[in-house]
Amino acid sequence: MAIVHEFEYFKPERIEDVIKLLLEYKGKASLLAGGTDLVVRIKDEIESPAVVIDIKGIKELKKLEFKEGKLHIGALVTFADLIDSDVVKEQFPLLWESSKTVASVGIRNRATLAGNICSGVPSLDSGPALLVYEADIVVRGAEGERVIPALNWFLGPRRTALKEEEFVREIVFSLPVKKHGGSYVKLGRYKGEDLAQVGLGILALEGDEYRLAFCAVGPVPGRAKKIEALLNGKPLTDSLIETAKSLVSEEISPITDVRATKEYRIHIAKIMLERGIKAAVERVDGKGPAYGERLI
Amino acid sequence: MKKISFILNGEKRNAYVEPNDLLVDVLREKLGMHSIKYACGRGDCGACTVLLNGKGVRSCIILAIEADGQEILTVEGLSKDKLTSLQESFIDQGSFQCGFCAPGMIMSATELLNKNPNPTEEEVKEGLSGNLCRCTGYTPIIKAVLDVNEKDVDKK
Repeated sequence: MAIVHEFEYFKPERIEDVIKLLLEYKGKASLLAGGTDLVVRIKDEIESPAVVIDIKGIKELKKLEFKEGKLHIGALVTFADLIDSDVVKEQFPLLWESSKTVASVGIRNRATLAGNICSGVPSLDSGPALLVYEADIVVRGAEGERVIPALNWFLGPRRTALKEEEFVREIVFSLPVKKHGGSYVKLGRYKGEDLAQVGLGILALEGDEYRLAFCAVGPVPGRAKKIEALLNGKPLTDSLIETAKSLVSEEISPITDVRATKEYRIHIAKIMLERGIKAAVERVDGKGPAYGERLI
Repeated sequence: MKKISFILNGEKRNAYVEPNDLLVDVLREKLGMHSIKYACGRGDCGACTVLLNGKGVRSCIILAIEADGQEILTVEGLSKDKLTSLQESFIDQGSFQCGFCAPGMIMSATELLNKNPNPTEEEVKEGLSGNLCRCTGYTPIIKAVLDVNEKDVDKK
């Protein structure tokens, strides 16, 4: 199916020119990076922008750089770039593991992390990693830059804290001070390309500190605060895991849809919690299943 | 209409496109690259896979105008002189039935083998997980990709 909707196309080379275009066509412009979401939405006429601003001409947005304990992920960095990066694999293994579960190679070669969080669908695989590493999102607008913590980013399905005339310049992950291990457990219908029915990211830090975030089981991805409060400061035991599992239904609010029922999602989320947290804790000391190995 | 230029299968080509023209349509209809198949139109099935700057992408969700100045490889370019050992392997293993998915499969597998000449079965499955086949049950396709590797080892 061809695209019926007509639009103008711009490919600026400077960030300033993106801002200018966003102000000029306020509310009528769509930003294009990988296009894996946008082009489908234009085809479906869900989005009908007057102009499409292709940001792939702006070289500085391709930056993927680790310095002084901070990983800077430019708006044009794709999931394939993240997977191919040794720094991501070694220092932020949970981000690496979740990136590996996004769609398929052919999509990961185009789709960007920034685009994924701007689309902000409830099932986004990158959501839990952003939330447990407590990443910062650097957005650029006419009046300069502001930093939005990932914890304040997701407002609703496809709704984020980004304003119309702003765009994401980069996403910054700070390396946790303590040694850590992580796991991203994703339930799809099969191992290949699929959306998450339940996604769970767990970060275990040395000293019995735990951060957990779910996706696909509520309107936005979110941290599991009650479970974290229960677990923090305690070494992991089987009975502790059982208590944590009993809190799962208080933390998530899944819906029944074509992919799974609400009851099934709650049931499986508990199993994912058990497997995911065991793996994350073992991985703190370099043991346990290798990153990328499916836990469910 | 805007004139775009890119390298298609090693040759410089030009095309006049509208901003809303899709890459798959321009490659198929204007430039005759009929190996590329249009199926789902949403990047889910992989039938329209081409290599853009060496990376497998879905040409059905890329605007043609985005290809300006880039490099594209399709099956036509891959086998310009003779079939690649991967294509030979597809024939040997009978990895086609209707054949509709084959060009996309071959482009995705080509990318995989360029990057990782000795993939494990798991890696082949991951590399091809975005390419759907409704006939073969995948077994002969995966075998064909693994077999290229064995063949090349035999040659050494």
